[in-house]
Amino acid sequence: MLKEALIEKLDYEELSNCMRCGFCQPACPTFRETGYEAASPRGRIALMKAVADGVMQPDQDFVDQMNLCLGCRACEPVCPAGVPYGQLIEQTREAIEEVQEHPTWVKAVRKVAFTHLFPRQDRMYRLGSMLRFYQRSGIQKAVRKLGVLRILPKQMGEMEAIMPEASGRGIREFLGATVIPAVGERKRRVGMFHGCIMDVLFSETNLNTVRLLTEAGCEVVIAQGQVCCGALHAHSGEREEARNLARKNIEAFTKAGVDVIVSNAGGCGAMLQEYNHLLENDPQWHESAKWFSSRVKDISELLVELVEPDAWAGLPESKRVTYQSSCHLRNGMKVTKEPVNLLQSIPNATYVPLREGDRCCGSAGIYNLVQPEMAGNLLDEKMGHVAATQADILVTSNPGCLLQMKAGIKRAGLEGQMEAVHIVDLLAGARRKNGTSSDLQA
Amino acid sequence: MLPEHIRSELCAIVGEKHCLDRQEALVAYSYDATPMQQSLPDVVVMPQSTEEVQQVMRVAAKHQIPIVTRGAGSNLCAGTIPVGGGIVLVLNRMNQIVEIDEQNLTITVQPGVRTADIHQAVEARGLFYPPDPGSMVISTIGGNIALNSGGLRGLKYGTTKDYVLGLEAVLPNGEVIRTGGKLMKDVAGYDLTKLLVGSEGTLAIITQAILKLIPKPQTQRVMLAMYADMAQAARSVSDIIAGRIIPGTLEFLDQGTIRVVEDFKQIGLPTDVAAILLIGQDGDAESVDRDMEKIAAICKKNEAVQIKVATTPEEADEVMTARRSALAALSRMRPTTILEDATVPRAQIAPMVAAIQSITERYGLHICTFGHAGDGNLHPTCMTDARNHEEIERVEEAFAEIFDAAINLGGTITGEHGVGIVKAPYLEWKVGAAGIEVMKGIKRAFDPHNLLNPGKMFAKETRNRVVIDRA
Repeated sequence: MLKEALIEKLDYEELSNCMRCGFCQPACPTFRETGYEAASPRGRIALMKAVADGVMQPDQDFVDQMNLCLGCRACEPVCPAGVPYGQLIEQTREAIEEVQEHPTWVKAVRKVAFTHLFPRQDRMYRLGSMLRFYQRSGIQKAVRKLGVLRILPKQMGEMEAIMPEASGRGIREFLGATVIPAVGERKRRVGMFHGCIMDVLFSETNLNTVRLLTEAGCEVVIAQGQVCCGALHAHSGEREEARNLARKNIEAFTKAGVDVIVSNAGGCGAMLQEYNHLLENDPQWHESAKWFSSRVKDISELLVELVEPDAWAGLPESKRVTYQSSCHLRNGMKVTKEPVNLLQSIPNATYVPLREGDRCCGSAGIYNLVQPEMAGNLLDEKMGHVAATQADILVTSNPGCLLQMKAGIKRAGLEGQMEAVHIVDLLAGARRKNGTSSDLQA
Repeated sequence: MLPEHIRSELCAIVGEKHCLDRQEALVAYSYDATPMQQSLPDVVVMPQSTEEVQQVMRVAAKHQIPIVTRGAGSNLCAGTIPVGGGIVLVLNRMNQIVEIDEQNLTITVQPGVRTADIHQAVEARGLFYPPDPGSMVISTIGGNIALNSGGLRGLKYGTTKDYVLGLEAVLPNGEVIRTGGKLMKDVAGYDLTKLLVGSEGTLAIITQAILKLIPKPQTQRVMLAMYADMAQAARSVSDIIAGRIIPGTLEFLDQGTIRVVEDFKQIGLPTDVAAILLIGQDGDAESVDRDMEKIAAICKKNEAVQIKVATTPEEADEVMTARRSALAALSRMRPTTILEDATVPRAQIAPMVAAIQSITERYGLHICTFGHAGDGNLHPTCMTDARNHEEIERVEEAFAEIFDAAINLGGTITGEHGVGIVKAPYLEWKVGAAGIEVMKGIKRAFDPHNLLNPGKMFAKETRNRVVIDRA
């Protein structure tokens, strides 16, 4: 029964901490879009509490409302009472998942994705190889020409169209090493979290991450045995699988003996920082989870800390640059100023603020696939603001947001005028001034 | 549950999508920002025009169904809780700014417009709508008018009532009345505009409002003054105003609040001071500078231990942080936060704070006080836990004594939150039995069948007054 599962999983103390002031509402994309109380964080918490208090039965409307949430957590920084809404919605989804009867095919897809694919990096690489073959062999061209994509749901077709060139090799295979020395004096020993999708679809970004870090004086360790962060699992209600992944990552990075664990994807970083909450009730792992979480940093934080603002060489030509922040980087990791500071310190880049750049783009993990209507509305609104910046480069700091922004540029007809770029790749193009470059080659 | 034929009558007016009686919708509109209050409606109706409101009202009148009108549900007096079930009428879809008239300096709005959006729209044209209730980023103007909301600028600029020039409202029989207009002078008959402002949804449903605007002040400056002694802080407030200076902002934090804020934000506030005043002035640059100097001198004369004047926007923001973080800092301490608003004449702030402190100690509770020193509107805020029934009873007794103390000092039971359900048992303390009878007569004149927001404002029973022995 869902009711029992919810009562068991939900943190009642935190539900009671919501004082219903409503300050979360203007920050919530689904409330702004619908104007409907139940589609706001205050409303969803009220529904959760009503179930816990026995005021209502958790029916399909309840489940729908929980699924409509993007999980962007924009409500958390504006909450006076500090209610950890992100944790509450994950607990709710875990309870829903526990009792939900999926159709057989959905079950099969979930099982493959959550248990056999994301947690197994070797399989991700193999999938990457297949995707690369698809992209390079001419099949992709043929498929696009034949219009086969029209049979896919619109959102999936849009995603296929902007898929970057996949790689069958991860950062470790590229570099042929697991420890990459610092350029010059060693200031930190940094464990690099390479991610699962990042390492397949954005291997160049991972490579650039290593370049930037070593040049900033970091000895980079690509800890062996690391796996997917578990964010997609946790957001989809598969918290137990997320815990298994967390344990593996903690083990891998503990062995690597690093000072800092660095992430270049906001979604992953926020998840890694929450391992201490995820493993709260696991006495065997809780202490090491706390050790782990307290060491996680986003690459932008580390670069601002280690690189003098005037040390960047600059872009080859003058560009207008704007920034769409990743929700989980901003609301989860609380990293807001650093990426902007970096953009502002690059010579030849003119930083233009993006109106509502702090609002979710609608990507939100696999949200754009399961809630296409809401995601599409949010994206259209976003691209209106993006177009108004007249930027040449739209910078993001998370793979999901990057793909969504690429799709958005296409959808809004801004191709040729603007490109979407990961902040790491932009910075790599503006590498540090003479004499400090590493010569890492893929 | 509503009979099916009534439901379909309502659906026919606003459409299926905007007429909801699913469980999840009923729960979502069963509460507002008031702690410990909740009651399920039978149906939630979201009209989009005055005509739809009229038709809904006619259906309600025909079947004698109670109606509770609501905007953002951010009020703290349980004013929008449907105690007797019935219809919750959500006016958020009526959210258009109809007109900004720069000749007459007015703005005409529908009730569902957010107050912060009004500010943004008029300030972009160099104009100013001063009322700024603490919840203005979410609260709607309809709610502000219904509750006559105050805010930080009350002292210099007045509150919502001082800016409402005219209203359109639907009466319980479905008729529309229009009061006032785009004019500053109007003495034709009873002032129904002022009567509807603050009527808490008990007389009519406000569907449009004409608000007065003023030119936007050129500059703003702020400072913090810290005091080792509460009485000196209070004397500074009186001396500033006696010195013929009316600050734009004059806010106050007591020691308990300062400690909690500092603990929460670490902004370097001294935690051993008894009180902090946050003082702001706006206007043309020259007179603001002059006022700020005079104010600083008055604070020094009253032995402020430290004065921090902001010279840059960043510093101003830092200074404001202390006041802005008060609620957040307090609300993180315990699960339930009860924010009240006892109000006294500003010369009585020191005795009022002392009374709150002694009551707090006597009941063994954790109550901190902050609020608007300039207009005497204080927010004693209790950190408690609704699940602890014994403690909640003590909280209630303590607040009854606090309201009593406020009245004894020439004050009132609520300065800006409204009566609703929460203050209803105390209303007679303030307005007297004869006052209550007049108010009830007005209610009957507008709403003979008691359909609009029943159960609010007038309690079945008035609480017994506490007699406080003040030496």
